[in-house]
Amino acid sequence: MTAMIDIADARKTFTMHLQGGIELPVVSGVTFQVNPGECVVLSGPSGAGKSSILKMIFGNYRCDSGRIGIRHRGALIDLASAEPRQVLNVRRSTIGYVSQFLRAVPRVATIDVVAEPLIANGMARADAQARAGELLHRLNIPERLWRLPPATFSGGEQQRVNIARGFISDLPILLLDEPTASLDAANRAVVVELVAEKKRQGVAMVAIVHDDEIRHLIADRIVDVTSFAAAA
Amino acid sequence: MVDQAALENDQPLLVATSLSKSFGRIAACRDVSFSLYPGEVLAIVGESGSGKSTLLQLLSGQLAASGGHVSYRMRDGVARDLATLGEAERRFLFRTDWGFVHQDPAQGLRMAVSAGANVGERLMAVGWNHYGRIRDTASDWLTRVEIDVARIDDAPRTYSGGMRQRLQIARNLVTEPRLVFMDEPTGGLDVSVQARLLDLLRSLVAELHLAVIIVTHDLAVARLLSHRVMVMKGGRVIETGLTDQVLDDPREPYTQLLVSSILPP
Repeated sequence: MTAMIDIADARKTFTMHLQGGIELPVVSGVTFQVNPGECVVLSGPSGAGKSSILKMIFGNYRCDSGRIGIRHRGALIDLASAEPRQVLNVRRSTIGYVSQFLRAVPRVATIDVVAEPLIANGMARADAQARAGELLHRLNIPERLWRLPPATFSGGEQQRVNIARGFISDLPILLLDEPTASLDAANRAVVVELVAEKKRQGVAMVAIVHDDEIRHLIADRIVDVTSFAAAA
Repeated sequence: MVDQAALENDQPLLVATSLSKSFGRIAACRDVSFSLYPGEVLAIVGESGSGKSTLLQLLSGQLAASGGHVSYRMRDGVARDLATLGEAERRFLFRTDWGFVHQDPAQGLRMAVSAGANVGERLMAVGWNHYGRIRDTASDWLTRVEIDVARIDDAPRTYSGGMRQRLQIARNLVTEPRLVFMDEPTGGLDVSVQARLLDLLRSLVAELHLAVIIVTHDLAVARLLSHRVMVMKGGRVIETGLTDQVLDDPREPYTQLLVSSILPP
């Protein structure tokens, strides 16, 4: 099977120039693959570098060395050395990222926040909004809130809007950073269901999940991040 | 998906090669090179005196470079060196294919003539001569920038700062330019007015597939609007990359200082 994500010997260190140039090693020797339809969960204690690895796969953090191979429209692209324009193209049509928090733009209605990734990829506004409505409905966001900007919503509601926005696209790779962190049991179950649907569609996923029960339900494989601990 | 592929293979709109500018012994801008593609928003950030406004003037052909050159792909697809354009050609470019949003709207508007005339003037410059159509288009643009059409006959000197800035944007965009230069477009506005303007700019830029070069010292503006950033210090570009990369994982000491100086929201 051809891997969607193929990371080889990736390394990340922060150099803190304002603190006298301290070197803060984050991870090194990161090597794993993710196949289509597979959900890999990163495990390890806080500070082990799970989020950093997710950000490296998204091209948000730069790597010092190694390769972040991403299958983008049939060809393997190394995000660690890609041009900014290529990274943006990969994000537009290959990798989605569901962050822990919604970065809300003031004044944009919830339904449009969720529909935006589809519209950006050329879908008609009405169709995109219909899909957004279905997802918001499944995630138990009442219809009377759809026209409001999510900035004033509760933490859990914002998280669900964020999940709807992250899951709406048909991208072949999804990165999930604690998608169930502030959700109640009913909504956690919806997220588990959404992940299962993505797997059936052949989407490759990498997730960080602290909840043992959820991890057990969605993980096909666990990658222990402590094995990538950088030598200090 | 077809236009997506075309988007990836397209040609740069503007290419700067080893641009330099000295004022006497002072090097305001040293060896700057980059390419800008259609629909791409590039933010130039740095403190006052870092050379970012000089760079903007070099790129828009308002200032002659001491070294290097800027080439721009005209609407006919041919890339031309800005230094070889005649004055008339350069002015035509400014009236049609380019926009320039100044920090101070009084620099980009005619303060004593009506809002409608401010917008209509640019249309007349490209050959529109039907009064009714010009007025309709001007009204349409006032609505798009959220100015009450009832104010169309008022001069911008009767407008608030935020309205003036939105009018300046309408005046620039009415000819459907492909490239817009912006010099601190939200500077001098109070915070709530800034947020509204940024939100408006963000949606217009995406909708019209505009390429933008925006000079700002406000990293929050860069994060909200731009795809890429160039960090300038002492006339040089010291760090460049995807906006979220540079702001979330800054490498250079000076960029780390800039990023760490942002107050948490």
